[in-house]
Amino acid sequence: MQSSAIDESKLTLNYHQEAAGHHGHPDHRMFGVILFLIADSMTFIGFFAAFLIYRTMMPVWPPEGTPELELLIPIINTIVLVSSSFVMHRGQAAIKKNDVSGLRLWFGITAAMGAVFLLGQGYEYFHSELGLKTNLFSSCFYALTGFHGLHVTVGVLLILSVLWRSRSQEHYSSGSHFGVEAAEIYWHFVDVIWVILFILVYLL
Amino acid sequence: MSTSAQTIATSTHDGQNSEHKQRKWQDYFTFNTDHKVIGIQYLVTAFFFYFVGGALAEVMRTELATPEPDFVQPEFYNQIMTLHGTIMLFLWIIPAGAAFANYLIPLMIGAEDMAFPRLNAVAFWMFPIGGTLLMSSFFVGPAEAGWTSYPPLSLVSSKWGQEIWILSILILGTSTILGSMNFITTILKMRIPDMDIHSMPLFCWSMLATSALVLLGTPVLAAALILLSFDLIAGTAFFNPAGGGDPIVYQHMFWFYSHPAVYIMVLPFFGVISEVLPVHARKPIFGYRAIAYSSLAIAFLGLIVWAHHMFTSGTPGWLRMFFMATTMIIAVPTGIKVFSWTATIWGGKISLNSAMLFGVGFISLFLIGGLSGIMIASVPFDIHVHDTYFIVAHFHYVLFGGAVLALFAGIYHWFPKMTGRMLNEPWGRIHFALTYIGFNLTFLPMHQLGLQGMNRRIALYDAQFQSVNMICTIGSYLLAVSTLPFVVNVLWSLVKGEKASRNPWRALTLEWQTSSPPAIENFEEEPVLWAGPYDYGVDSEMLDDDSSIEEMLAEVSAEAN
Repeated sequence: MQSSAIDESKLTLNYHQEAAGHHGHPDHRMFGVILFLIADSMTFIGFFAAFLIYRTMMPVWPPEGTPELELLIPIINTIVLVSSSFVMHRGQAAIKKNDVSGLRLWFGITAAMGAVFLLGQGYEYFHSELGLKTNLFSSCFYALTGFHGLHVTVGVLLILSVLWRSRSQEHYSSGSHFGVEAAEIYWHFVDVIWVILFILVYLL
Repeated sequence: MSTSAQTIATSTHDGQNSEHKQRKWQDYFTFNTDHKVIGIQYLVTAFFFYFVGGALAEVMRTELATPEPDFVQPEFYNQIMTLHGTIMLFLWIIPAGAAFANYLIPLMIGAEDMAFPRLNAVAFWMFPIGGTLLMSSFFVGPAEAGWTSYPPLSLVSSKWGQEIWILSILILGTSTILGSMNFITTILKMRIPDMDIHSMPLFCWSMLATSALVLLGTPVLAAALILLSFDLIAGTAFFNPAGGGDPIVYQHMFWFYSHPAVYIMVLPFFGVISEVLPVHARKPIFGYRAIAYSSLAIAFLGLIVWAHHMFTSGTPGWLRMFFMATTMIIAVPTGIKVFSWTATIWGGKISLNSAMLFGVGFISLFLIGGLSGIMIASVPFDIHVHDTYFIVAHFHYVLFGGAVLALFAGIYHWFPKMTGRMLNEPWGRIHFALTYIGFNLTFLPMHQLGLQGMNRRIALYDAQFQSVNMICTIGSYLLAVSTLPFVVNVLWSLVKGEKASRNPWRALTLEWQTSSPPAIENFEEEPVLWAGPYDYGVDSEMLDDDSSIEEMLAEVSAEAN
């Protein structure tokens, strides 16, 4: 409601403003983000469950003749993505001290690390002997990593939009930086999903 | 945002006759963030699809009047059967529940609007887009694999119709997820300070349970449909046995959403009934906490019963036992609700107006649907009636006898609040009588057809079933006719109906403390919680007329200051 005009009728309706956050209304956006992430995690749980059912029901898993997955690049990717979460957290710590240039520095590094992850994923896709339709395992491999990669892409875009908005010194401050926090919690979420996915698809 | 800023209410403070700007009719066709506009948008759009889905049902019943497929081609029958199911579930009853939730939740808890008004408007506009997309599949030949779209059938029939079906369900599912985020946040975070969670109306409790199910279930359906889409378009074999996949995995993922979806469809209307019955019986609700917590119990149990739809899919014996037991346990919280509703009206000062008639009709029909549900929860019985008309009878008793009758109860109850006009009582009763008779005539005989082994989802059947099928078809025509008095009543009352006061039913929940229809940001003055939501008959001498309520309100607010 940030653009609502403050006029007389508005002033008579101010009974919610005791607990006022931004713009005269309590800020529930973070609560909404968490609800969304709960829902989003259920999508991954659905994919993981399908994968686990295939794994238990098939006599041989992965099916015979599946080429071995190369582990080097995924391990590097895992290290990059997990450490990027810590890097990103320093950005949030910076904005809590009103340090906008610190925020831009750490978020910039995080975005770069996300891009490295996506490039690694792309390299793996192009050099893998697995095709989308090779067998059930390879289809699952591409569906799971692809859907996760889509989430990483969205995460990088979120970080870039934080960087774009932080061009003006006043946009984020120690008291008001919902966009920073939302991007960060989303990034941690994508990170956790990757760890589970890595264990399920590559290690098990 | 800008629209709500421009049309902000200019309220005066004499309470009763406040002059505030009304919504213009154009507002209802715009991207408006007012929860009341969105609620009406949901309701009217849902009713549009109700009539489309109903027309498809009449085509099916006309075809089934005779054993031979003579009225429409069997292939076309499969298509309209698929669309009838999909429309009635995803474009009618779920959005209709969202309509009530959008309109009522902020009013009931004394808030100005939803927690995320713009997100709310986005969620609404995805609904007509998804609906139009689904309708557009008529140009390429709609999906014909039933609303369940089980592979491999869905992979080998009308490819593009099926893909459009998948896309529209993904859009509609996203819409319900966004809506649910709003409902949960609004209910938990935006109640007026005096209202703790145990003094909020039961409708809010039921929407909490519904929204939790949407958040946990819908994404799993999305995952299943994305994989199905890959099978359909890219030629993978997640669910295609020809390529080494497993169709049973689809069934698990589908029903993990679609069984809870039954509660997503019916729980909001349990809430509606819990609001309507105490008001028109002038008695406190029986067992407030029992009703509130049983909603949560139903939601939890609803998540662990899905494989009872798969008793004939080669599910191992021990798993069948588990799902049979959990399914039967759901009868306990559901029974608690039916018992509480009955006890609520027992010995009350019942006024048998249209809202109450639909409410009582709901209890009777939902009870039948619930009892047949326990029957088919039992594995041996289910194997006998699986995919027969017994199932069709069962879920229509739950979804039409349950959800739709309660929905009409809600409309007769809140129409004065939504529009500022009363509905016509005699025509409401005629509507109820025709609906009740037409419904039972259509669906009661189907129990018998199912027990005798008539298969569902097929355009032709054995000649021995014809006489009973003819009864069903006549009943369905009566059901179609029954909507006429309703439509005429609504349209006529919108223009010429008796003006409604702010609280025509002398109800206690907060939405009745504001004008009818409510001002643009809901309350001109801070709403005062001076009684529990169902404290009827407790201080009856103080409820005699409007002026004493005003006095009480003044008194309470003076104390609060």
